[in-house]
Amino acid sequence: MSSGFSSKGGVVVAEFEAPEVAILRSLVELVLGLVEPGETGDDPLERALGIGAGEAPSDPVLARLFPSAYDDTGDAAEFRRYTEATLRDGKRADARTMLDTARPGRTELTPEQAQAWLRALNDVRLTLGVRLEVTEEVHEEIATMSEDDPRYPAYVTYDWLTYLQDTLVRALW
Amino acid sequence: MVNVGSTAPIAVERPSSDVRPDLPWVTIVWNDPVNLMSYVTYVFQTVFGYTREKAEKLMLDVHHKGKAVVSSGTREEMERDVQILHSYGLWATVQPDSIK
Repeated sequence: MSSGFSSKGGVVVAEFEAPEVAILRSLVELVLGLVEPGETGDDPLERALGIGAGEAPSDPVLARLFPSAYDDTGDAAEFRRYTEATLRDGKRADARTMLDTARPGRTELTPEQAQAWLRALNDVRLTLGVRLEVTEEVHEEIATMSEDDPRYPAYVTYDWLTYLQDTLVRALW
Repeated sequence: MVNVGSTAPIAVERPSSDVRPDLPWVTIVWNDPVNLMSYVTYVFQTVFGYTREKAEKLMLDVHHKGKAVVSSGTREEMERDVQILHSYGLWATVQPDSIK
């Protein structure tokens, strides 16, 4: 199994096996499928300015990826209208960077690519975490979970992503 | 700073009745079960340029108290901070400093 990221002479590197890259790619593609390009309505001016809808997403994963910035519904909607399309575009760009650079064998990342990986890996973890309804005790839960538990593979994958992300943070520090 | 900070948010127009005194606003980060302690510390350092010590203290406040004020300033500045924190997947909100 991959020992995660490390920093060698200022370059962030990791070694991945082919099945690991396949898992990473399928999960990032899942996020990319969820995070569609920002919908900006029919008004050409609003489209040009990237002004979108103000309603919070009803799907819990999307609600977590695109949180409301205000308690007040009106303020939250206004902020969302002006910023969510940009946020969506950023998440999609990060996901694409990860898809473009993840490969079996040695993966080398520039500082910019490493930042994109950091955010994209976190989006994948948020997506899985919300779907699996993980708690802060998830690591301990997995340790005591039976391998026959239907949730086991997804939890183990989540735990591996957590490990990967932690090694990436430490490689960048 | 990372690229994402250069995507300037479009100025949000306020209704003309919204002429409250220019109170300082704050950015709050809320605890969640997914974001790693190391990651949150790193994001505070990267986004705000805080020392590791200050970033770690804020991260621990979020972790133990459920939330922490991570920056303060004008409403526009706080909205910009929240937008960047959202790009990193942190759960962040804006509010006037008067609400505790």
